[in-house]
Amino acid sequence: MEWETVIGLEIHAQLSTKTKIFSGASTAFGAEPNTQACAVDLALPGTLPVFNENALRMAVMFGLAVNAQIGKRSVFDRKNYFYPDLPKGYQTTQLAEPIVGAGYIDITLDEGDTRRVRIHHAHLEEDAGKSLHEDFHGMSGIDLNRAGTPLVEIVSEPDMRSAKEASAYARKIHAIITTLGICDGNMAEGSMRCDCNVSIRPKGSTTLGTRTELKNINSFRFIERAIETEVARQIDLIEDGGRVIQETRLYDPDKNETRSMRSKEEANDYRYFPCPDLLPVIIDDSYIEAIQQSLPELPDARKQRFIDEYQLSEYDAGVLSAYRPQADYFESVAKRTQDAKLSANWITGELAKHLNQHDIDITASPVSAEQLSGLLLRILDETLTGKIAKTVFEVMWKDGGSADEIIEAQGLKQVTDTAAIEAIVDQVIANCTAQVEQYITAEPDKRGKMLGFFMGQVMKLSQGKANPGQVQGLMKQKLDALI
Amino acid sequence: MSLDKSDIERIAHLARLDISEQEVPEYAKSISSILNLIDQMQATDTAGVLPLAHPLDAVQRLRKDEVSESNQRECLQQNAPAIEDGLFLVPRVIE
Repeated sequence: MEWETVIGLEIHAQLSTKTKIFSGASTAFGAEPNTQACAVDLALPGTLPVFNENALRMAVMFGLAVNAQIGKRSVFDRKNYFYPDLPKGYQTTQLAEPIVGAGYIDITLDEGDTRRVRIHHAHLEEDAGKSLHEDFHGMSGIDLNRAGTPLVEIVSEPDMRSAKEASAYARKIHAIITTLGICDGNMAEGSMRCDCNVSIRPKGSTTLGTRTELKNINSFRFIERAIETEVARQIDLIEDGGRVIQETRLYDPDKNETRSMRSKEEANDYRYFPCPDLLPVIIDDSYIEAIQQSLPELPDARKQRFIDEYQLSEYDAGVLSAYRPQADYFESVAKRTQDAKLSANWITGELAKHLNQHDIDITASPVSAEQLSGLLLRILDETLTGKIAKTVFEVMWKDGGSADEIIEAQGLKQVTDTAAIEAIVDQVIANCTAQVEQYITAEPDKRGKMLGFFMGQVMKLSQGKANPGQVQGLMKQKLDALI
Repeated sequence: MSLDKSDIERIAHLARLDISEQEVPEYAKSISSILNLIDQMQATDTAGVLPLAHPLDAVQRLRKDEVSESNQRECLQQNAPAIEDGLFLVPRVIE
């Protein structure tokens, strides 16, 4: 039987506010345990929540960016369950009247096709603390610094039909929230977390199969792998006469498998009710309009502008616009060098390769936009060959410094002096008598290919510094004169 | 509406209340009478009436996003039965 995969995503994004959603405690990352957990976050008796205006503003920004209806009236509810990292015994969240209503985004797939993914709604809620289960004499340690950090939970419709579509959707959401500056998007640190609801059905069927929910997925690559693994499991199960049960499963990237989490007993009875400590949040058209006016250029618009203004390919424009700091970096380099194509090639090539290898975000790149521009300018004015430029980049990455300083210190300047190049060319011709003989006797249409050998010898002797264009011209001229 | 023993036990479990066998009939009786009152209210025609989120006719006030709380860990952990390395210690929980 042919199966169709149906996927819906729930993405939690931590909002980049300075303080908690309902208290004035800091949300800075990496503080000592419980030093940013105040009486409200600890749910001490007599404390009351007060809603953070910036969390509201950021949620509205997101809603406008995904073409959604904004809830002019939204209400906080209590979701009741017991867990030690949730001191109140309930999570303050939104159920019936969320801040962001139905919306959509368009995703672009590898083949260039676009697909619309509907967003069911997005709501505001608070994060829980962290439980540490190691080394506490059989007890668990609780750190409540994260408790009360504002989250926006973005719930998609089950509109995705493959693991690739799911990761493209997640990447797009990531691009939007980082461009808006409402979330740092760091998946490894948990700033953006993704749960995937996955089911399968016979192709052509319109009813949904029983779904499982995959948790603990902290990279785009793992989204794809977790879904592919789970889909294969469900197909095997059904084709062997079994049945999928609705449950939460954990993805284990090391073993590349999903496994059932011990299901919380009566986990789904959260007994939601409106939070009596918080009043309905009311906003008006002028509030929404002011936010609309202040929205930055969104990834789709920026991508289109990169194509129109810099004549980038669809692919390069998509890659560069997907992450705002990278897009800013590109524009800064392109403006300085006035060569967008070369800038794009170096940023998506050499720079991206180094950043990936060392797992460094572009905002912390050891090579700044200014440094890279300096290097590219030396390629453009033919001080450097492309090959030597990579060597300069290596030095820049490791030891810093400007391209000019490195070129000067290491004597890497391209040789463009005709007399100097001619001397090397003559030397090569003198050294390679056998090859010269072959060249002379070869069919004319074979000679072009053979020229490559002589070029290589000259570049070797000049340690890559001879200007390739000049070498080619001179070499051909000299060899042809021998015929 | 009347609740039986298993309803009461389930509600108590969800609320993490440790109630004794002897208390169950009394809880069943009193909670059932509350539910009877709700049944009466349910009979009222509320078509066209928006659900009430809050009894006060007021709007949520907003707080500026500025840090107003300093580290009070030492003071706040004085009540905790067990702490270590700044963490609250609780009976082991694992998902």
